[in-house]
Amino acid sequence: MTEYSEKVMDHFMNPRNVGEIADASGVGTVGNAKCGDIMKVYLQIENGVIVDAKFRTFGCGAAVATSSMATELVKGKTVQDALQVTNKAVMEALDGLPPVKVHCSCLAEEALHAALWDYAEKNNIKIDGLKKPVNDIEALHHHEEV
Amino acid sequence: MKTKIYMDHAATTPVRQEVLAEMLPYFTEHYGNASGIYVVAKESKKALEHARAQVAEAIHAKPTEIYFTAGGSESDNMALRGVAEAMQQKGNHIITTKIEHHAILHTCEYLEKHGFAVTYLDVDENGKIRMEDLKAAIRPETILISVMFANNEIGTIQPIAEIGKLAKEKGIVFHTDAVQAMGHVPIDVEQMQIDLLSISGHKLGAPKGIGAIYIRTGIKVCPLIFGGAQEKKMRAGTENIPGIVGLGKAVELAVAEMPEVTPRLEKMRDRLIHGILDTIPYSKLNGHPTDRLPGNCNISFEFIEGESMLLLLDAAGIAASSGSACTSGSLDPSHVLLAIGLPHEKAHGSLRLTLDWDNTDAEIDEVLQKLPPIVQRLREMSPLYEEIMKQQN
Repeated sequence: MTEYSEKVMDHFMNPRNVGEIADASGVGTVGNAKCGDIMKVYLQIENGVIVDAKFRTFGCGAAVATSSMATELVKGKTVQDALQVTNKAVMEALDGLPPVKVHCSCLAEEALHAALWDYAEKNNIKIDGLKKPVNDIEALHHHEEV
Repeated sequence: MKTKIYMDHAATTPVRQEVLAEMLPYFTEHYGNASGIYVVAKESKKALEHARAQVAEAIHAKPTEIYFTAGGSESDNMALRGVAEAMQQKGNHIITTKIEHHAILHTCEYLEKHGFAVTYLDVDENGKIRMEDLKAAIRPETILISVMFANNEIGTIQPIAEIGKLAKEKGIVFHTDAVQAMGHVPIDVEQMQIDLLSISGHKLGAPKGIGAIYIRTGIKVCPLIFGGAQEKKMRAGTENIPGIVGLGKAVELAVAEMPEVTPRLEKMRDRLIHGILDTIPYSKLNGHPTDRLPGNCNISFEFIEGESMLLLLDAAGIAASSGSACTSGSLDPSHVLLAIGLPHEKAHGSLRLTLDWDNTDAEIDEVLQKLPPIVQRLREMSPLYEEIMKQQN
């Protein structure tokens, strides 16, 4: 089994923000069960600021830890600043991930983007720099040899 | 937390105290090279031949039919490549199964790149091959059938005697990877008509780095390793005497204790299996319900992923393994679980607990107590479980 940093283990053993937000401003789900990772992110956004974030994740230790860290990082940020919470930023905040687990951090970024996209669509606004999320993130990463 | 409960014996076992005690003098006192003619070498030679007899007796073979190797993987490589090379004039077709250990599968892939054709037999939902499939796969150019005795992941035991009988009738060499079966189920190479058989030390209380291969008298096998006359020129390299002594002792003990240990393991295994299936919904046993290794429990839990389960079990002091992609180092779950027809998502959520002589009833109780909240905790976190719960309400 892969070696995780203490931060990853902390966020896996004590994940922050597990759950859902009723009537969330934006919800995004990415991944698929076939590949063993699904991340669902809920965002509560008020006046352009993310006031709350929750998640549910089906996946390995890294998938749970990145979900936890990504939701922590976006809380309190404007939707624009939330775009800076990239997979790289999530990984760095976790003191790194084993190479075979890097795709899990991509999943966290995509789930956030999907939730922001959902929010933008519902409110008919445009978030600069936000691209339409891919529904099946694994299609992008599944054939990478690790 | 320290591992308190070790339930991954199919991965490796601790070295048994009795085995270690037998081995120790051969590191320092009887250190001679068995090829020497002086006294200290004679002790090594004597130990080597004693261990060979111990292994032979355990499988009803002759001592001259046992060759020591560096482990199960080497034995598997040697059986396949050795027979393929020795018999390539006769034919180039090999039959094996989709659920073999990678020591077999990767060797077959190598042979396919070097002019051999390989048929990989399907298995049924319990992990057993169908004899009619095997019969249908035999061609005039078939030289070797290699079917594992018992599977390392799901514990399913194959109809070895039936396969041996068919192979004999057809004049095809029959190899079985008995790495998991050795010391856990009775093996008789005569009655089961086995021509080659792979054994590994560290799965039965001997150290890592030692194994053996049984080669029936008259079966032609080319060696893999050249460089000396050891093992009748079939396996060069100065003999690992301490390891060999350990393997001999471990095999002898395991076979002698089987009448007592097997029923005890089966009882614990069945209590574990039923305890889990009865208390955790959306769980399913993988592998054959009865024709399975006495210590193997493999269960899939829907909506959750295996590595997460292992991390939480480890934090609770329990060592286990899984067939999930995240534990295999690839993005695909176990080939064995896929071969028995499990969809990817159920294969990702598999848990393997493998018991042996050192496990206790109290440990079974503890696992049965600690596992359900772990599964529930991960399910509460899973969007798949959330969907199912919403559908039900």
